[in-house]
Amino acid sequence: MTDKGNKDYMADEKGFYGQFGGAYIPEMLYHNVEQLRQQYKPIIESASFQQEFKKLLKDYVGRPSPLYYAQRLSEIYKTNVYLKREDLNHTGSHKVNNTIGQILLAKAMGKKRIIAETGAGQHGVATATVCALMGLECVVHMGEIDVKRQMPNVLRMKMLGAQVIPSMSGSRTLKDAGNEALRDWINNPEDTFYLIGSVVGPHPYPDMVARFQSVISEEIKWQLKEKTNSELPNYVIACIGGGSNAMGAFYNFLNDTSVKLIAVEAAGKGVNTDETAASIAKGSVGIIQGAKTYLMQTNDGQIIEAYSISAGLDYPGIGPQHAHLYNIGRTQIMDATDHEALEAAFELTRVEGIIPALESSHALAALKKLKFEKSDVVVVNISGRGDKDMDTYIANMDKYCQK
Amino acid sequence: MNNIAITFENKKNNVLSIYFTAGYPKLTDTIKILEILQDAGADMVEIGMPFSDPLADGPVIQNSSTVALKNGMSIQELFDQLHGMRTKITMPVILMGYYNPVFKYGVENFCKSAAKVGIDGLIIPDLPIDEYLANKPIFDKYGLCNILLITPQTTDERIKQIDNIASGFIYAVSSYATTGSGKALNLSAQYFEKLKNTAFNNPVMIGFGIKDKATFDNACQYANGAIIGTEFIKLLEKYGADKTKITEFIKGVKGNDQ
Repeated sequence: MTDKGNKDYMADEKGFYGQFGGAYIPEMLYHNVEQLRQQYKPIIESASFQQEFKKLLKDYVGRPSPLYYAQRLSEIYKTNVYLKREDLNHTGSHKVNNTIGQILLAKAMGKKRIIAETGAGQHGVATATVCALMGLECVVHMGEIDVKRQMPNVLRMKMLGAQVIPSMSGSRTLKDAGNEALRDWINNPEDTFYLIGSVVGPHPYPDMVARFQSVISEEIKWQLKEKTNSELPNYVIACIGGGSNAMGAFYNFLNDTSVKLIAVEAAGKGVNTDETAASIAKGSVGIIQGAKTYLMQTNDGQIIEAYSISAGLDYPGIGPQHAHLYNIGRTQIMDATDHEALEAAFELTRVEGIIPALESSHALAALKKLKFEKSDVVVVNISGRGDKDMDTYIANMDKYCQK
Repeated sequence: MNNIAITFENKKNNVLSIYFTAGYPKLTDTIKILEILQDAGADMVEIGMPFSDPLADGPVIQNSSTVALKNGMSIQELFDQLHGMRTKITMPVILMGYYNPVFKYGVENFCKSAAKVGIDGLIIPDLPIDEYLANKPIFDKYGLCNILLITPQTTDERIKQIDNIASGFIYAVSSYATTGSGKALNLSAQYFEKLKNTAFNNPVMIGFGIKDKATFDNACQYANGAIIGTEFIKLLEKYGADKTKITEFIKGVKGNDQ
């Protein structure tokens, strides 16, 4: 979880990755964010924190998550495909790695009330879960549109004791839930901890969340070593909305420049349409939710509402570290449309018996577009399971299911 | 001397500043509201540049931004509307808005256009101090004051730092709250005393939670004046840019101090 001494890829003291990142926040948030910035490293680097974090990841989350050699998928793409099974984590996605880390930090800082934003509801559920585990009050902000399209997760959060507040502002999706959470924090600065779900927001969030998610690539390394005798794959592929599962999957490979790191954005109905969430393909540099990064905006600097079939990728920005890694050429950005993601989801289900989340299906869709060698080792991060997306899958079953 | 400095030179107390959103309730209301406010006796105004994601604002101002954007307001449109305003408007005019639209327009370009139409100062709440200082030569070149915010949680050391680099006045947020949350002023007695007893280089204006004569008078006991935003937007929402209603409101807040 340290920065491995590589300053090219990591945040500087003020949270900048090259020109990206920083903390573009009004004074009303300064105290909270500064308090977190001063305390996060000493706390999470302490031996007692690490011990408790690792214990919970093992005994409660069920880590390590398997690295599975997908034989039939490998035959189709004439290469060696390994799936990193974050979908098998407790609560069904990679989000819990981060919420376990942040809840331990919140506790260490003496905070009593936890707030979070959520898109698909995976981060909301993961937050409500750790709040139940620690006996802390939990308030989740969720766009009104997402509340409607992700009802099972809303009900899960309620069952876990969280209060879900529908965000009625703006586009009423993930970015607006984030705005509402920030407003909540402004109004409740003393006892409240804002548990951000991705590598976005003002410094130190992007760095902190990346550290908590870095367990994904840490495990991939030793698991690959066991299976292939080399800890380095040729490719790591992950989907990217804000970018937390991708950052976790890339983190420990950043210095291994032979490893191609591929981030797949949600193209929605296509990057050349207005209904897309491809923040890099369609975006330009600006400030969103406290960080300088690539975002989709008008010429007047108004943030454009994103669209994707997947609520977890439906975000008009991207984490600042991803913006930097793309800018310096360390990562390659691809995109997948709704249609391509659905195709990939049904394919994985039929050939491997794994129903992936719609988000993860975007990563799988990249397999079709890349040219692999037969000997290549390709790791695809399956960030979550598809239970929450059953309504969408059912609606598209006739079109995508072969008999 | 900058117009804002002149105002505080001439009037040390009970300075009333009004915030309203450009292009609200109608696109063409901006100049009309400016003129009514000046005639009614407002001492200065802050024109809000609407933004899609106004983090620090409550529902009332958020809604005014949404409506203004739908009306077609943009930074360019605002500069076009303000062109020529100085033939009629003599009070200080400040632009307030979030950093992204300014950044996208280009900081230098923005300052140049602002100075050209006669803007006196800027309030950009999410512009970090480091980036403000990096751009300060540009703000100075175009004679634009930069009003910075402090809150009840801002440490004494940081207040000093902010006071040293701000110009125009210090915007003292009266409580930890988004705009229009209505919980301001209850928790603020101690903080207001501190404001009163701190030796600032800049004048101090209190904002957030000021809505009528009583709250205005109370705030003015501790600072050079106060800012009304949400309550004024509510009036516009109800009556539009109505000269009688706006004049009544301003005179009501100012009372005998005309």
